[in-house]
Amino acid sequence: MNITNLLKIAIKALNNNKLRCFLTMLGIIIGVAAVITMLAIGQGSKESIRAQISEMGSNMIMIHPGSMQRGGVRQNADNMQTLKIADYEALRSLPAVAAVSPNVSASGQIVNGNNNYPTSVSGVAPDYLDIRKLKVKDGSMFTPQDVKTASKVCVLGKTVVDNLFPNGEDPIGHVVRFGSIPFTVIGVLESKGTNSMGMDQDDVVLAPYTTVMKRILSIDYIQGIFASATNEDDTDQAISVISDMLRSNHRLAEGAEDDFDIMSQQELSEMMNSTSDMMTVLLACVAGISLLVGGIGIMNIMYVSVTERTREIGLRMSIGARSIDILSQFLIESIIISVSGGVIGVILGLLASWVISTVVHWPVSVQAYSIILSFVVCTLTGIFFGWYPAKKASNLDPIEAIRFE
Amino acid sequence: MSDNIIIKIHDLRRNFQVGDEKVKALRGVSFEIQKGEFVTIMGTSGSGKSTLLNTLGCLDTPTSGEYILDGVAVQSMSKNQRAVIRNRKIGFIFQNYNLLPKTTALENVELPLLYNPEVGAAERHRRAKEALEAVGLGDRLNHKSNQMSGGQQQRVAIARALVNNPVIILADEATGNLDTRTSFSILTLFQQLHARGRTIIFVTHNPELAQYSSRNIVLRDGKIIDDTINPSPLSAKEVYESLPNDND
Repeated sequence: MNITNLLKIAIKALNNNKLRCFLTMLGIIIGVAAVITMLAIGQGSKESIRAQISEMGSNMIMIHPGSMQRGGVRQNADNMQTLKIADYEALRSLPAVAAVSPNVSASGQIVNGNNNYPTSVSGVAPDYLDIRKLKVKDGSMFTPQDVKTASKVCVLGKTVVDNLFPNGEDPIGHVVRFGSIPFTVIGVLESKGTNSMGMDQDDVVLAPYTTVMKRILSIDYIQGIFASATNEDDTDQAISVISDMLRSNHRLAEGAEDDFDIMSQQELSEMMNSTSDMMTVLLACVAGISLLVGGIGIMNIMYVSVTERTREIGLRMSIGARSIDILSQFLIESIIISVSGGVIGVILGLLASWVISTVVHWPVSVQAYSIILSFVVCTLTGIFFGWYPAKKASNLDPIEAIRFE
Repeated sequence: MSDNIIIKIHDLRRNFQVGDEKVKALRGVSFEIQKGEFVTIMGTSGSGKSTLLNTLGCLDTPTSGEYILDGVAVQSMSKNQRAVIRNRKIGFIFQNYNLLPKTTALENVELPLLYNPEVGAAERHRRAKEALEAVGLGDRLNHKSNQMSGGQQQRVAIARALVNNPVIILADEATGNLDTRTSFSILTLFQQLHARGRTIIFVTHNPELAQYSSRNIVLRDGKIIDDTINPSPLSAKEVYESLPNDND
């Protein structure tokens, strides 16, 4: 018995029961389509998170003053004044650090004429643009000279501009007021939209850190330092260099607790990846279960089919079909159901992913591995769930089968 | 002469275990069938004729005894070997035709050849067509089994039994489901096949049919009680033509 004849026999048998065959297939179709779509959604959200993080600067390192115990009382980290301008100056000299900027921020109302908007002014160095991957769209960033002289200039984000200049005037050259201090607008940042955690990245006012420290807050410490490693892979190394430098600057004894916290964007991205990975696994589990249910559907229908076609099996045996021929026939039938169900499922899954991305605008990324995986799984499903009924058919006694009513 | 022996059985016995009881279906049956004989095997129900037919058809193996089909000892063969023997040497015809539903006459007749890897698609098609022409259905090759009358369906089944060019044709109550007139037309076909040199074993409980075969074996309680050669069988064709046509 050759394979072409077997295929011919199996296709013929399926063709005689088109509707049932299709309904059985439906289980597999839905299962496979679900697996592909779910994995595509999971992967898509993961990629969009990654893209947003790298937009924020994937090699960014954030240094905050650490919490500390003073006389047995653990202090709020925000009250700590452990980071100084000297630390910032020291970090600038490190070769592993590509760019570095202090960060002090003051919140309050920013006013232009009769328009005002509640925001916070970030006091930073010009390097901040590189670290946060920001770009100045109109005008220019303030210069190191502005920092040295603590000049009253600022660069605005789009949200702030929209609120202060609702009639679309060019803000450059205008003087806006933050508290009682007037700032000349010298630049407008390019819009970055909302980040993955729902924060408006355009709600920023940048000013020289010296200006914010001396003229607004009157402080001599800084609230944080932003730095960036030369590239993403060197982030860990940069962190340890920074840590060593800060420890020696702060004269911390061996074994003493750090009085600062260092966080990298990598940690953040790992944290968010693990969340979306878990979501992907959950989705894939649900989809996998529906594939399993589809497989059980095949087994069920093949059982019914074997019972219903007992006479046919008896006849085939009496005209010379061996057990292996009968086994192969039923196995091939179930494989045809599952494989063609798989093909239709793949097409449907691709279609569904496309619809989701165009209509609902979810980030979707179809994975080649998910197509191959679900295809292999549904072929194996066909073999696995088709085996038992096929075995039962091939073990029938031809004498009894041919007289079966 | 011995080269012409198609079937030789000797002291064939078959026991079944039904619950605690041992049923002896065949109790030592022996005969030889020559090439070209048309043998009817008679017997009431329970006489063991079905068991004998199953054994002759290599569907069942005897408990003891010898069965040589076309020079090959069958009783010691494995299940798969017997399947191949059925495919190459035996043609089965059943009372209820057993055609595949929703399948054309041609495809039904091709079926045994699908299980023979030595026969290619073109030859399979040609031989099936020839077999259908031989039973007078050359004009109904592509009719489906459910679009045909009982007589036509039985002709398709006969063509299916002929297509592998078997050494023996085994018919099990082949006219049992048909009206008298159609029965005689089928019987005529068997006589024609016999005239062309086919070896036929026709199992039936209808004693009337013995008149149309060349030899009659009667079974009772698992034993042969009568085995007679019929030197001048009646012509089924004459009876068929004498019967009134329904269309008259």
